[in-house]
Amino acid sequence: MTAAEIIKKSFTKEKFHRFVFGTKEKEGAGKQIIVYGLLICIGFVYLYPILYMFSTSFMNRDDLLDSSVKWIPSTLFVQNYIDAGKSMDFWISLLKGVVIAGAPTLCNVAVCMLVGYGFARFEFRGKKILLGLLIFSYILPSQVTMIPTYVLYNNMKIVGTLWSFILPAILGNGLNSAIFILIFYQFFRQVPKVLIEAAQIDGAGYFKSFVKIAVPSAGPAILTVFLFSFVWYWNESYLTSLYVQGLSANSFWVNLVVQLSNFDTSFNTMAQTGDAATNLNECVRMAATSLSVLPLLVMYFFLQKHFVESIDRAGITGE
Amino acid sequence: MEKEKKMKKPKVKLGKLEKREARAGWLFVLPWVIGVAVFMLYPLCQSFYYMWFNIRITPLGTKFIPVGTGNFTQIWLENPEFPQQIVTYLWQTIVEVPVIVVFALMIAIMLNGNIKCRGLFRLIFFLPVIIVSGPVMNMLVSEGAATIPAMNVQSIKTALDNFLPHSMSESIGEIFSNMIMILWYSGVQILIFLSALQKIDPALYEAAKIDGGSQWECFWKITLPTIKPMILLNAVYSVIFLSGNEQNSLITMIKSAMFSGTKEKGYGYASAMAWMYSLIVTLIVLLFFLLLGSKKDIYDRQVKRRKREMKKEARTVKRIERRGIRNAKKIKKARKKRNYRTYDGSGDY
Repeated sequence: MTAAEIIKKSFTKEKFHRFVFGTKEKEGAGKQIIVYGLLICIGFVYLYPILYMFSTSFMNRDDLLDSSVKWIPSTLFVQNYIDAGKSMDFWISLLKGVVIAGAPTLCNVAVCMLVGYGFARFEFRGKKILLGLLIFSYILPSQVTMIPTYVLYNNMKIVGTLWSFILPAILGNGLNSAIFILIFYQFFRQVPKVLIEAAQIDGAGYFKSFVKIAVPSAGPAILTVFLFSFVWYWNESYLTSLYVQGLSANSFWVNLVVQLSNFDTSFNTMAQTGDAATNLNECVRMAATSLSVLPLLVMYFFLQKHFVESIDRAGITGE
Repeated sequence: MEKEKKMKKPKVKLGKLEKREARAGWLFVLPWVIGVAVFMLYPLCQSFYYMWFNIRITPLGTKFIPVGTGNFTQIWLENPEFPQQIVTYLWQTIVEVPVIVVFALMIAIMLNGNIKCRGLFRLIFFLPVIIVSGPVMNMLVSEGAATIPAMNVQSIKTALDNFLPHSMSESIGEIFSNMIMILWYSGVQILIFLSALQKIDPALYEAAKIDGGSQWECFWKITLPTIKPMILLNAVYSVIFLSGNEQNSLITMIKSAMFSGTKEKGYGYASAMAWMYSLIVTLIVLLFFLLLGSKKDIYDRQVKRRKREMKKEARTVKRIERRGIRNAKKIKKARKKRNYRTYDGSGDY
């Protein structure tokens, strides 16, 4: 037999068909190629803005104007980052941002856990109405209540202080609190009631059984809520500038995202005093954007497993 | 708290333990109840009140000038921007939400298959959720990082203009030019779909396969009906996200109206606008509820009807009983007064 015959024998039409389209038991290579191809393409599209941002942020002005430079800058131009960081007060804004996002988040976690436990564990009159109110408070666009809330804070004299974020969070009405309460509600419903009843028989009060049994078992849910709350508070630029910063330019509280939204003006004033080595251009703006995104990206790469799996475990999807 | 007082004298008396449990439940929920009253219901009523006034902040304090429906006529008739934006927003949301949901479902199904590096892909698709925020998006959009460079948006727009009304083709063109952003908004939805898909019982698919069902049939007959509630959830989530997003031009309008120093604008005007806007958002949410909400099956409906009939019967029985008691009382009274009269004069009924 010649080689050609062997090839002819082993590559029949049926085999080819089976190879590409697969059988009932095994998926075909054709389908796999399509799926991987689509996933890689869409993945690239997803990453495109981020890649674009990073690659542009390292270019100097010559690279920007040079049409032959598309993705990879000719030199690693770090001056953009230095200037952008200086203009944004990077380290101070970072620290303040951590406080602005962290303090309400802690309150959010604690209070939402308490409320979610209350909903899941106890039966009481009006519970259905309250749950309906909870969902309503999620669906209601926040713009309706924004104006009177601002007036309210103004009357309480907490505009321009961190209290305007902490106080609603303590009372379970922080940013997206309704979702967090629902997460805890779902989670605590899955905790067997027998455990808590056993603790009560052993003499634990309601609050003690909450602290000693429910809280330690809620690890994954706490992590989910903590991460999401932190990220959402971090990214909330408008409410931060309205309530915490109090719309005044020289307020004490400021975070990176708010700095980014005022970047153009602040950079121009800096350039006028002659501190900047470059002019305001795409590269500097992209550098500023990547600086404001960087802390969260670092956090995401360390905790990504928790982020992604948390949605499964905490039962956002509900049953 | 008022409800707590009411709780103490319920119609059906609760046991001691149940009572204590109910009180503990209220205690646990109390912070949130106060919060809702202070930070949601009170502002809600107040903004309802504001929208009938022209509010001016003077050095002597805030001045309330009642204008009746003046704010509304101003928004709809005198200011051409708002109605225009509303129409664009409406089209955009109605088109974008299905795009997001279908796209998320597609990716979730692909990831749910037998795939290597699933973790990596999940990592990539979830990444935008972490870094999406108003200013970052503004920066990226303004630098042109949000469009796929190879896509010719202008030609798509002109092609659509031929057979669609202008506002609609405009918003659809907008979608193509911001394709990446729309994909970015579907991170959470992908994860929700993925975890729902993984909870489907594999035995269902096996049974279908034994009966000779193809994968295509399995998708329509098993996968889709099982995750239908999740589709609704994701649609509502997308609507809320899109409407509260800082990229939304209506939000920017409300904000700028709120702090504008002109005579006719201000808190009252902005409140009226916000109410209008949220009404429309609610309508869109309702629309999706109607489209995707689960219809009860026939059995459930029959049970419900039967229950209703039983209730009605019980009510009739009670009414007859009550009438009987009333009649008996009447007769007693009449007997006491001794002015009753029977046909045969014996005095007995």
